[in-house]
Amino acid sequence: MDEQIPYNEIIDVCLLAGKIMLQNGAETSRVEDTMVRIAAAFGCADSHSFSTPTGIIFSLDGMHPASKLIRVSTRSTDLHKVTLVNSISRSISSKEMTPAEAFSRLKQIENAGMGYPLWVQIFAAFIASGCFLIMFQGQWNDFIWSCIAGGMGFSCLLYLHRLLEVRFFAEFIASLVVGLVAMFFVYIGVGSHLDTIIIGAVMPLVPGLLITNAARDLIAGHLVSGLSKGADAGLTALAIGAGISAAFVFL
Amino acid sequence: MLAQLITSFIASAAFGVIFNVPKSSLFQCGCVGMIGWILYYVLVQNEIDSIMATLSAAFVVAVISQYFAKRFKTPITIFNVSGIIPLVPGGLSYNAMKHFVVNDFYVAVQMAAKVFMLAGAIAMGLIFAEVMNQLVIKYNRRKMRLRN
Repeated sequence: MDEQIPYNEIIDVCLLAGKIMLQNGAETSRVEDTMVRIAAAFGCADSHSFSTPTGIIFSLDGMHPASKLIRVSTRSTDLHKVTLVNSISRSISSKEMTPAEAFSRLKQIENAGMGYPLWVQIFAAFIASGCFLIMFQGQWNDFIWSCIAGGMGFSCLLYLHRLLEVRFFAEFIASLVVGLVAMFFVYIGVGSHLDTIIIGAVMPLVPGLLITNAARDLIAGHLVSGLSKGADAGLTALAIGAGISAAFVFL
Repeated sequence: MLAQLITSFIASAAFGVIFNVPKSSLFQCGCVGMIGWILYYVLVQNEIDSIMATLSAAFVVAVISQYFAKRFKTPITIFNVSGIIPLVPGGLSYNAMKHFVVNDFYVAVQMAAKVFMLAGAIAMGLIFAEVMNQLVIKYNRRKMRLRN
């Protein structure tokens, strides 16, 4: 009876699902919950998962105790993948999938490309900057300048992300670019309010997902990951602030 | 007001794109962001303290996100993120930073403290909504049990 359950495969499926979710910006409570649910659906009721933002430990209890550790070093934001893994875990829970099937589906998701093309993302940042300018009581004649500053800052962030490993430096340079571009527009006389242009243009750099995840993790009692994500968000905010302040030095 | 509605909708949906939210959820993301921002905007226009306004807007955002998450069977984070973004005190932290740069620490620290309070208000709004959600689930379960 016990021989029929492919323990190693189940561990691999759980870890792969957890890894994809953690890498693409899910909260750790969701990661742990999903892994335990998948294991339970495959017939291993006794499983434990411990995940932090940088790694996952997963172990099965019962007749064949086994555990595995996986290290997560790169993190990005792709909530589409999180949604896909979530729906796979749902169909596993309703017993529609074998471990092997689930593993190959998860591998497909892991290797799939980004959700939106690069230019769409940059365009989104471009538009968002302008919209935030209006929301923060800016004037319509500054709209396009805020758009351009925000778009340039965000593309700078994406480019430096690929070039360098140090994320805070990329954010610093990106917000420095935002500040300098906005100052340039005001200097040549096309932009009227420097403050609102910078505030609007800097919004695409705000670590919104980190803030949300930190709050959600703390609520769920995952103190380690909640605090570390909060620190991450704080450092990012500090980098953005430092970049803007550095731009003021040139004023 | 109309401009606020449209821009907050577009900004929240655009943030969804930046975070690679699935295409089918982008519209709901925009709606969540728009409702949260309009609530905040109206409250602040009526001279209610911005901390209170942020708290209630974050609460409403989280409640609507829970509804959407259940309805469309997607992770709640997707809607939470887009709804929270407009509430982030970007302008105030910018001003705090600006005062720090010119060595006007007296004003800068005051503003930074306000920024922390607002960030805390966002978190508290999310927490209240979560607690309420759990209470509703427990209440429903008890009702089911009593009926059986």
